[in-house]
Amino acid sequence: MTPYEALIAPFAEFEFMRRALVGVFALSLGAGPVGVFLMLRRMSLTGDAMAHAILPGAAIGFLVAGLDLTAMTIGGLAAGVLVAVGAGVVARATEIKEDASMAAFYLVSLALGVMIVSMKGSNVDLLHVLFGTVLGLDDPTLLLVAGIATVTLVTLAFIWRPLVLECVDPSFLASVSRSGGVSHIIFLALVVMNLVGGFHALGTLLSVGLMMLPAATARFWVRDLTALAVVATSIAFVSGIVGLLISYHVGAPSGPAIILVAGAGYAVSVIFGPAGGVLSRVLPRRHLEA
Amino acid sequence: MHISANPQLRFRDLTLGYERHPAVHHLSGDVECGALLAICGPNGAGKSTLMKAISGALKPLHGSIERGGLDPRDIAYLPQSAEIDRSFPISVYDMVAMGLWRRAGLFGGIGKADRARVGEAVAAVGLEGFEKRPIGTLSGGQMQRTLFARLLLQDARLILLDEPFTALDAKTMSDLLDLVRRWHGEKRTVLAVLHDFELVRAHFPQTLLMARTAVAWGPTAEALAPENLLKARRMGEAWDDGAAVCGEAA
Repeated sequence: MTPYEALIAPFAEFEFMRRALVGVFALSLGAGPVGVFLMLRRMSLTGDAMAHAILPGAAIGFLVAGLDLTAMTIGGLAAGVLVAVGAGVVARATEIKEDASMAAFYLVSLALGVMIVSMKGSNVDLLHVLFGTVLGLDDPTLLLVAGIATVTLVTLAFIWRPLVLECVDPSFLASVSRSGGVSHIIFLALVVMNLVGGFHALGTLLSVGLMMLPAATARFWVRDLTALAVVATSIAFVSGIVGLLISYHVGAPSGPAIILVAGAGYAVSVIFGPAGGVLSRVLPRRHLEA
Repeated sequence: MHISANPQLRFRDLTLGYERHPAVHHLSGDVECGALLAICGPNGAGKSTLMKAISGALKPLHGSIERGGLDPRDIAYLPQSAEIDRSFPISVYDMVAMGLWRRAGLFGGIGKADRARVGEAVAAVGLEGFEKRPIGTLSGGQMQRTLFARLLLQDARLILLDEPFTALDAKTMSDLLDLVRRWHGEKRTVLAVLHDFELVRAHFPQTLLMARTAVAWGPTAEALAPENLLKARRMGEAWDDGAAVCGEAA
């Protein structure tokens, strides 16, 4: 097999591969920086919880309108926002911490979603919602994913400062401004939006993978915030390309293939990453003068 | 009770606390504009609680605080143990530049003049050459210097420092103390929670000695007289689960 056949031909010859390529590119643009902020705010598992939480919304949308983009998107967004805001309100109004209330909300939400899908749909539908169809992205879905990426990047530019301050020194931000709470809520909304965009391609469970794995991987290569966002986005996109190619040549399901490639990148980085990877810690290097 | 004709802060029968238990109990008095006031007292005396309330982060259970027309957000406040995420990838320069928030806000540009001011603030705390270092690599003293540089940039009329010199070496402490004196010279009002009586006697003209309420308030030498210190120690901390509702006239 020539390099052309291995790397270019699948995209040149098949429109569904080109669509998938555009899809993962758009997803990477939004999910990369959002994942970096989730990681830096110690909210990596919140992303996972939110991904589970959007399932019943998508399921209810599916129940009402079948495999319909609009209904499932609105349902997913509504469920995600409901769980995020509900958990946030309970955390702020009671003595329960946010992680515990988030766990309670998303578990109930997930159980509800699985119940709805398995009572009303077939197993094939359940698979679609859980694992997505990156090879079956139609025009409206691509527009949705690209739109979400655009909104995400513009919004991040607007809330960048308070978001960074809220991570580093929340009490200082609270002492000079009231924008901390607002930017936190807007950020959660971005997380939900990107997960909903991701679930059309990768499914509810795997969409968070394209968010968190590249962010965690990037952390082993660079330390600067801007560099983290750029590197995470690039890793997500490259994982998408490699994952699609593997899935094409081997006939493996594409969603898991993409996330597994990202996972392999993570594993390599854990060992070889210059910024705190295993080798950089155990290899004897002479200390500096000062 | 301490009265002033030109108060920056006025406490009126102020009671502060958590879950109805008072940490500061019926405190009244004035802090004059431009005062350099030390706040002393045993652990649990309500010193940090008072600072938090002045900064606006805690609502009074009873009574009120007048801030001489200042918005709480115009007050510079250095908490005792700031919840700073030291692992976050941010440089000393950016950390200090946060002090510009009130002028630059969400989107305001940081121009040449602002950059010069950040540079001056970094130099004033003796951190030249550290601008690009991530905050995670700083020592405790260097971190405190960074936070003081940020306070400098905040350019506030009222500055609250909660145990600002704890765990610092003599050199760092004297450098930061110079900044406090500079603020005092610029007629800013500075309140500092401190435990080192020698330090207070040497550098702070006024002292509020408190144990939930004011034990003594006035010139430092008088406030820190031995009989007052003894009284403050005896009045110590008291959180009683079965405490009755306070009947003192409001």
